[in-house]
Amino acid sequence: LAHGGGGRAMRDLIDEIFVAAFRPDAMEDQARLTHAALAKPGARLAFTTDSFVVTPLEFPGGDIGTLAVCGTVNDLAAGGAEPLWLSASFIIEEGMPFATLRRIVASMVREAAAAGVRIATGDTKVVERGSADGLFITTSGVGVIRAGRDLRAERIREGDVALVNGVLADHGATILAARGDLMVSTDIASDCRPLNGVMEAVLAAAPNARAARDATRGGLASALNEMAETAGVSVELDEAALPIRAEVKGVCEILGLDPLDLANEGALVVFVPTDEAESALAAMRAVPGGEDACAVGRAVTRGPVPVTMRTAFGGARIVDMLVGEQLPRIC
Amino acid sequence: MLGRRIRVRGQVQGVGFRPFVWELARRHGVTGTVLNDAEGVLVEAAGEGLAAFEAALAAEAPPLARVDAVEGTDADLPPCGDFTIAASGAAGAETRVTPDAATCADCAAEIRDPSARRFGYPFTNCTNCGPRLTILRALPYDRARTTMAPFEMCAACRAEYEDPADRRFHAQPIACPACGPQAWCEADGARLNADPIATAARWLRAGRIVAIKGLGGFHLACDATNPAALALLRERKRRPAKPFALMAPLETVARHAVLDDTARARLTEPAAPIVLLPKAAPLPEGVAPGQGRLGWMLPYTPLHHLLLDAARRPLVMTSGNLSGEPQAIGDDEAREKLSGFADGFLMHDREIARRLDDGVEIAAPPMVLRRARGRVPGTLELPPGLPHAQVAAFGGQLKSAICLTKAGQAMLSHHLGDLDDPLTLEEFLRADADLAELLGHAPEAVAVDLHPEFRATRHGHARADALGVPVFEVQHHHAHMAAALGEAGWRGATAVGLVLDGLGLGPDGTVWGGEVLVGGYAGVARAAHLTPAPLVGGDRAQADPWRNAVVRLDAAGHGALAERLFGHLPLAPLRAAAMAGVNAPLSSSAGRLYDAVAACLGLCPERQSFEGEAAMALQTLSERGGDARPYPFGLGPEIDPAPMFDALARDLAAGAPPETIAARFEAGLAKAFASAARAACDAAGTDTVALSGGCFQNVSLLARVTARLDGLRLCPPGEVPANDGGLAFGQALVALARMESG
Ligand SMILES: [Fe+3]
Ligand SMILES: [Mg+2]
Ligand SMILES: [Zn+2]
Ligand SMILES: [Zn+2]
Repeated sequence: LAHGGGGRAMRDLIDEIFVAAFRPDAMEDQARLTHAALAKPGARLAFTTDSFVVTPLEFPGGDIGTLAVCGTVNDLAAGGAEPLWLSASFIIEEGMPFATLRRIVASMVREAAAAGVRIATGDTKVVERGSADGLFITTSGVGVIRAGRDLRAERIREGDVALVNGVLADHGATILAARGDLMVSTDIASDCRPLNGVMEAVLAAAPNARAARDATRGGLASALNEMAETAGVSVELDEAALPIRAEVKGVCEILGLDPLDLANEGALVVFVPTDEAESALAAMRAVPGGEDACAVGRAVTRGPVPVTMRTAFGGARIVDMLVGEQLPRIC
Repeated sequence: MLGRRIRVRGQVQGVGFRPFVWELARRHGVTGTVLNDAEGVLVEAAGEGLAAFEAALAAEAPPLARVDAVEGTDADLPPCGDFTIAASGAAGAETRVTPDAATCADCAAEIRDPSARRFGYPFTNCTNCGPRLTILRALPYDRARTTMAPFEMCAACRAEYEDPADRRFHAQPIACPACGPQAWCEADGARLNADPIATAARWLRAGRIVAIKGLGGFHLACDATNPAALALLRERKRRPAKPFALMAPLETVARHAVLDDTARARLTEPAAPIVLLPKAAPLPEGVAPGQGRLGWMLPYTPLHHLLLDAARRPLVMTSGNLSGEPQAIGDDEAREKLSGFADGFLMHDREIARRLDDGVEIAAPPMVLRRARGRVPGTLELPPGLPHAQVAAFGGQLKSAICLTKAGQAMLSHHLGDLDDPLTLEEFLRADADLAELLGHAPEAVAVDLHPEFRATRHGHARADALGVPVFEVQHHHAHMAAALGEAGWRGATAVGLVLDGLGLGPDGTVWGGEVLVGGYAGVARAAHLTPAPLVGGDRAQADPWRNAVVRLDAAGHGALAERLFGHLPLAPLRAAAMAGVNAPLSSSAGRLYDAVAACLGLCPERQSFEGEAAMALQTLSERGGDARPYPFGLGPEIDPAPMFDALARDLAAGAPPETIAARFEAGLAKAFASAARAACDAAGTDTVALSGGCFQNVSLLARVTARLDGLRLCPPGEVPANDGGLAFGQALVALARMESG
């Protein structure tokens, strides 16, 4: 691929790969959208954006395209919105193989279809070799929050139960293993998937659900720390309840990483009142891929730190938010 | 009437100082008054024997007193015909509290005297002994502000309390069977009517585990001579190998431990710490598997004395907690947390106001490893000339302790523990507020470690922000060095610090830990350090000795040996992570080098079950190895262990005994660092070397280094722990020096 500086060559590229995939009307400069839900009283617009960089670009269970669609869809979904439209912007490094690009675009089309969203507009730039790492994608998303829906971390109350929709840390462990230079081989695949379906199912089963987050970068630890901090409660996790594969634990063990810090791309954490926990769990489990959904902890009176975990041996430890690079602390 | 007004400073309140002065005055035919005030004790005296009286104030002070200064001036005093103790009012209140003290010989004799009214009474005490800080709710220290408040003194106790000639004059926790606290036993949630001491002793003799409410917390006790009881306790506490502390009367300790006069003196101090002593007559291995030394303490409350009398055997006395958590102090808390460990409870109804662990110390060379009960809230004098500012220093992460400075003194707190445990963190925050209140401390500056992710560091920054005072960030090993210099009272221009430690963040972003530093309190430069190696897995490298062995062997070109020794472990990903730099920061840690060598010798290579297990096992071997030819290290600004591993690999191949290898390693490490320290002294024109860092808890290493630094002025660790328990003291000194230099 050698298509810097716009012009004729760029036109061809877009025609060949993007327009063909996303349908011609998607790639106009502006998308003009109409949606009935927006006209309903009390409905609100949700709007989010995220940039995606990952090495390697393709990994078991997905690729950067899957991430770019699911990431933004899930941001909207966790906020209680019905995701509708995405924009996608590509920064492509010269020399990027066409075949790879095609596969990635195909992934985006597939995930968008699965999530029921339309990629409505986009842009591409090709930059010189060395000024980017293969491919960067930025997606923005627009969705509609139905009237009466109010999911905010501030609404979490002491006693509320924290649910997750499935196994944790698969994505982070997959990326580490896929780097190749770490000599860890696994059968794990990324959990990357759209969460709007499971989110709707949970909200139907637990109408008083308080708040939800997609626990992406920084893992469950970061998501819970942020939520607890905002809510002014502490969260007590139960180590024995955490759904983490033995294989993932093994990778974390050797690298000295905490699975709670590893990224997920299809993990939803939802706080619900105790009396709705059972029905919310049943709803999560009924969604394909949600068999491992479970309660992992609960909100308690605010203590000196936002998140603690009861360990398997009856002790406890503090669960921190991952801040940058972790430096050893034990003297 | 011409006389003297005499100010006595130091630990002179709540220790029977006023009745001592009163008795002394009578003996020397002196008239006048004595009173407590905010600065200590004030004496006004006149008469024939005044000079001898004044001289005796410091020389003959009561056992728990520590007289720092006696300052007398001539004064014109109102005439009086007697010597009296002035009534205790607001101005005469006791403003300082002394550490808890072990039962004195008089009280120990009294509880065994069938004719005494306190015969068999477990809460007997007097001004020369008994609880202090552990029962204190607030200052000033008087009975109403202690957990003795609910117990109203009977007439007999009241009479003793008010009689200056009695050794219980103004002993705030004074008690007797008629009016004081009571003990009882509980089993299966029910209170038993039987004699509590006899019942608990019977349980212990039968191999049961008993939770015992003590002075600063609960213990879990069992018969130290019963292997089945030891195994049961280890299983229930999920503590496979960490040594248990032992309690026994002195005669019993003397049978099971090598006990010289120094050790005897340390054991019998009022602080009554756990003292690590070499083994003599053996006890079951379950007490402390693989250890060459056992930790012994004497009974330090009457309850312990009576229990040991009845049990007639040494007891394991380990802290009553879940691993990593602070020990229980409340009755209900103990019932809830310890019922899974203990078959029965020995309880009492005097509340514990403050949690204090047992201290851990070494007799020779004298060294505090864990500063705790009996030592706090004792103070340390600051080196001369440092500003008398109020600094709060917050120490490290794993062995956290707080240091508060005020008026030229430093109060280094007791061991608070691992701040990754939520309850310990709460205890740490509570201790900060509590100690500040106890000392009337208002920080003008805060000192913290350079590591931004120590919880203590974060707390320090938060405190400083709230107070609007500056924060001084102190490099970990600079703080260790300053702590040793400060304890020695050093106040020069330049000194050398030989710091052999676990790890601490360096200003260059790598992790330090085997360092020769040059400088003073205000700042240091790095003169030499161990060649860095990656800590693969970050903190996991601390838990798993083999990780350190592999990276060190690889670096020395002995990859094949690494494969032979550790081939059953995931070597490939470890090496890959080291190569790729994934969670593998570089570190010059001496502690991790100990772990590496220990792993090569097969000492818990895969996983340590407690912190320091591998290094302690290596020390045990090295002491058995005695004098050995040192392994070579590469010298220079980087002290390279690669040549040491060459020699070690040869010795391993030749089947040399592990004792020899351990001793040759330690001798080599000592030689290399001592020569680097000597070179740094020469270059900087100083003869002072501070020895600090956790590795110097190892007395065998300390002895080898000390021998090699003959002729230099050494500042070894003593009352301030070499480990991170001493860090806060060093941080405070650095902050003070930097405040001085602006
Ligand atoms: Fe340290
Ligand atoms: Mg996002
Ligand atoms: Zn006494
Ligand atoms: Zn009485």
